[in-house]
Amino acid sequence: MTHQMTFRGTTVAAEPGQSVAAALIAAGVTDWRTTGKGGRPRGLFCGIGICFDCLITVDGIPDQRACLVAAADGMRLGADAEPGAALQDACGPGDDDA
Amino acid sequence: MHDVAVVGAGPAGLAAAVEAAEAGLGVTLIDTAAQPGGQYWRHYDQTHARPDDHVGHHGWSVFTRLRARLDALRATGRIHYLPGQQVWLITREPNGPFTLQVTAATAAATAGRSQDGSDRTLAAHALILCPGGYDRQLPVPGWDLPGVLTAGGAQALLKGHRTPAGRRAVVAGTGPFLLPVATGLARAGVTVVAVVEANATLGWFRSPAGAASAPGKSAEALRYAALMARHRIPYRTRTVIREVLGTNRAEAVRVARVDRDGRPTGPDEEIAVDLVALGWGFTPSLELPLMLGAQTTMDTDGSLVVAVDDRQRSSVDGLYVAGEATGVGGAALAVHEGRLGALALAAERGRPADPALMRRLRGAVRRGRRFASAMHRTYPLPRAWPDWLTDTTLVCRCEEVAYGDLRRAHHDLGAEDARTLKMLARPGMGWCQGRVCGLATAGIAAWLSGRETGVDDLRPLATRSLAVPVPLGELAALVEETTPPEAADEGGRNGD
Repeated sequence: MTHQMTFRGTTVAAEPGQSVAAALIAAGVTDWRTTGKGGRPRGLFCGIGICFDCLITVDGIPDQRACLVAAADGMRLGADAEPGAALQDACGPGDDDA
Repeated sequence: MHDVAVVGAGPAGLAAAVEAAEAGLGVTLIDTAAQPGGQYWRHYDQTHARPDDHVGHHGWSVFTRLRARLDALRATGRIHYLPGQQVWLITREPNGPFTLQVTAATAAATAGRSQDGSDRTLAAHALILCPGGYDRQLPVPGWDLPGVLTAGGAQALLKGHRTPAGRRAVVAGTGPFLLPVATGLARAGVTVVAVVEANATLGWFRSPAGAASAPGKSAEALRYAALMARHRIPYRTRTVIREVLGTNRAEAVRVARVDRDGRPTGPDEEIAVDLVALGWGFTPSLELPLMLGAQTTMDTDGSLVVAVDDRQRSSVDGLYVAGEATGVGGAALAVHEGRLGALALAAERGRPADPALMRRLRGAVRRGRRFASAMHRTYPLPRAWPDWLTDTTLVCRCEEVAYGDLRRAHHDLGAEDARTLKMLARPGMGWCQGRVCGLATAGIAAWLSGRETGVDDLRPLATRSLAVPVPLGELAALVEETTPPEAADEGGRNGD
């Protein structure tokens, strides 16, 4: 059975087993966040959990990698909150151990 | 306490885990993905499999046999398998066991972990690290536009999710991997307007050392040539993408013929596409071995790799490394290395390990390495690639650091090396911790100073204090576990 998810007020369908990123791309959505500095659109890039370009809020949990999260019925994608806030506070960026 | 923790369930890790367990060792196998196979054998969610999912998968029967052994060993408790989990920190007391901190790859994967948190921290006497690798990238103007993917990303979306990433594609960069990506897309109904290859190819085919060490590879190359012809995909050698054009997504590329060093020799030509797949070979994942202080070296392809002996042992006692992390060489070689490392460890821990089999595996690894070197020499990064950049071209996608920022840090602030460049201009300091831009930043540091890229350029961009960004809660939990209550408020920073 096809899953139904919501993204920016629209319904996005997903086949069981697809990732959130795959479902969005199949629906014609190629970007789902904007960058902090340049305000540029970003979507999928590496597709395997390396690059963190595809971050998205899933059911209210921010900064999930859309390429790794399996689509599920009733999933709410995207949020009002600034993408990147949660991990920014943790430890990813600003890692100075050069 | 496990005898050995194997990190990564791709070709090397899967082979290492089953070989070690069958030799009598207690194994824990940790992998980011929800199901085994790694990037090479990435496949659609097994619970929703279709018969045609494996068309175009090489060595699929090798994988299914390894998976059957994994399943059997899990059933008898010989392998403790943790899918959907990432190791973010490994520590070790002097001469003691290794301690691995593990976090869920996605919020959903958290639900699958044991309730008491016992899988959050693991201990093992030995490690076999098989972290694999990912597409190597060179920046080009416009590569940050949506619709530009890594070649491996475009393929992963197809193999893992049955989703073509566009309708009209160009596949560009260098190396034999561009061919399966292009033919895979074409089979899925995508119009592939060209494979754009920076080098003049098939040199390895003529090189006696290359072809003789892996005769099967020549047949594979011929198969791809036939598939390219069947799908009518133009193969344009000594050609590069000079720019990706578009406002809010990729709409076209400008390509041009180049000389051996990557300098344009012909006029630009514009081609309309909505998918650009880029790949320049592969970068091994080195954060975990580097975290433990393993010695590194630079491979023929210019990648930083872990130095290992003829038993897959690194410079760190008890730390074995197999697969792409010891040099990019493909799945068949990775399987040999995984098996060899596991048997060597078993022998060291007093378990039976067939010496004849180990000799055969050592021979196979030597031949595989020779072939890989021949391939690397055929598909080098064009020496003058930084010439393609403009001041506004992003180098670091995460922190949005442009080439001009790096040039200014070099010219105005005197940044001569990659480490200083990173501190002053912040490339490699964002989400991906330099995984995507590390090689490019190291190359630019060397280019601006007029020297060849060396290990000292690569290492600062490959070292990460934590292997993956983790939520604050995980760090806090670690502090609670490892710090006496009275000292807990004095600090809690890890990895410094």
